[in-house]
Order: sequence, then structure tokens, then C-alpha cells
Amino acid sequence: MKSEDTVEQDYSKAPEIAELGLEERPDGPGAAAMLAAAIGLFALGVLTVLAEASVGIHDWLETWEFGQGVGPLAGKTIVAVIVWLVSWGALALGLRGKDVDLKRWIWASAILGILGVLGTFPPIFTAFAAE
Amino acid sequence: MELSQRETWTIIHGMLAGALFLLAFAGGLAGLWSLRPGFLTPTAIKERMRRLYVGVWVMAAVAWITVISGTWIVYPWYRAKLAGDTYAGCAGFSLPDAAACSPRDFLLSNVSGQTEGWHSFGMEWKEHVAWMAPILATAVAFIVTYYGPRLIPRSKLRAVAIVMFVAAFGAAVVGGAFGAFINKVAPIV
Repeated sequence: MKSEDTVEQDYSKAPEIAELGLEERPDGPGAAAMLAAAIGLFALGVLTVLAEASVGIHDWLETWEFGQGVGPLAGKTIVAVIVWLVSWGALALGLRGKDVDLKRWIWASAILGILGVLGTFPPIFTAFAAE
Repeated sequence: MELSQRETWTIIHGMLAGALFLLAFAGGLAGLWSLRPGFLTPTAIKERMRRLYVGVWVMAAVAWITVISGTWIVYPWYRAKLAGDTYAGCAGFSLPDAAACSPRDFLLSNVSGQTEGWHSFGMEWKEHVAWMAPILATAVAFIVTYYGPRLIPRSKLRAVAIVMFVAAFGAAVVGGAFGAFINKVAPIV
């Protein structure tokens, strides 16, 4: 779906920006940044729950600390950042120069972001603790 | 007046980088909020945007410095397992000890009141959720830079950027507040 906002429409809503000579900006890259951030948050939440639920995953995440004493937090955060950056790169590439229906992307990002936050909330992730 | 190496890093992590992010938030929010149709002249928009670009990227960088220094420098001192499985090494202490009882050991041992929750809830939440601040702040910085003055007519996008910015602040508040409280109850020494 095409963006509802073209430069002409922007100028009619805010005439004061007309003399700034702005170029068209498709919404794809903006949507990519937004969704990738939400994917990063979601990954952090999922990894936090998985580290609690599985001793094997907990130990694997701990291997990312490189002897610094950070524990599994090292793996959770490094892997979440990698997931965020890779998804941002892939989305940015796929949506380069394209317009998208931002409303859908906003909703998808909001849901993933909220799930990510919930996954890092101690009463929730400890409920998945391995026996 | 003297500060140990650990105290110095705790200050860099929490009182310099972390506090700078929290203090800069108000300025950034005001900048984003004021990007509304009819509020600014073209000259003011140019000046405001330059300031906003610098502000949001500096905030994102500061957020990264805060979580990286916190996780990789300060946190290992906090979580060191020095007191044994039953925290016997903390017996008789009224504060953590760098050689025998780390702040985590001290809090979980309950030798100085009911302190366990500061770790099992406060630290466990802080250490995870704080990492959301730099990710969100970086995404906001990109969106502000990419759209620039186009955020003025695009109210929905501006609202999204503000929500993400406030969420980054919220994550930093959880990290900062629990960090301050925990360092009060069980300082890194």
C-alpha cells in the first residue's frame, strides 16, 4: 500500500517546510528501523525466558562472556543486538525506496516490543524456570 | 577525597553516562514535541533540526556507553560468587566486601534485612530492560534524521518517534532507579 504522505501533501499540512526544498522520503526505511528495534526487544525478551527455561541455552548464552564474568547476560544482549542489526539490515534492504502502510508496521512493532518487555520482567521469566 | 577504581567506574556508568541520558531526555522530548505544523518558522526549523539531530544521536551513543560499561565493567563485580552457595562468607557483614561477599551475595544472603528482592526483582529486571534503551534511542535517532522536518506534517510518525523515545527513557529509568537503590543497599566496593 502506498504511503498517504507525499511531499505535496506534507507542504499543504505544514506550508512552513515548503521553502526547505525537501526530497521525497518513502516510508520503507522508517518502517524497517521501527520493526527492527521491536524485533531486537522481542529477541531480548525471548532469550531471557529461554535462559531461564533451559539449562542448555543458559550455558550457551554464558559462553558469550569471554571470561569476563558477565554470565548469560552477555549472550542475551549480544545475540539480541545481532538479531536487531541483522533484521534492520535485511528490512532496510527489502524496503529501500518503497512505501508501506505504516499503520500495520506500527502495530506489529508495538506487539513485538511489548512482548519483549514482558519477557524481561522477572515475575514472568522466572515462571518458566527449569526445575 | 579518594575513589577506588570500582567506585570510579560506577560513577562513570551511573552518574555520568546514565544521568546524562536521563537529563537530556527532557530536551529531546521538547524538541520532538514542538515539531508541529504552524509552530516554527523555516529558519527556526533548520536550527531546531540541527540541534535535534545532534541531541538524539548523542543520546543514543550515551545509552550504548551506559549499558556496555554497566554490563561488561560494573556488573561482573556485582555478581561475583565469593560467599559460597549458602552465602556463609557474608555472615557478620553490614556491607558487601570485595574479597568475601559481592553485592549480589550480600543481597541474597539477607544478612542485613530482607534484601533478596533487590536482586531477584530489581537487578534481574534492570540488567535486561536497560538494554532496550539504546536500541530504541538509536531507532529514534535514525527516524528523526531520515524524515527530518517531514515529521512536522506527519503527526502519526512523530507520535511513534515520541512513544519510542519515551519507552527508551522508561527503560533507562528502571535501570537508573534500581541501580541507584541497589548501590545504596549493597554498594560496589
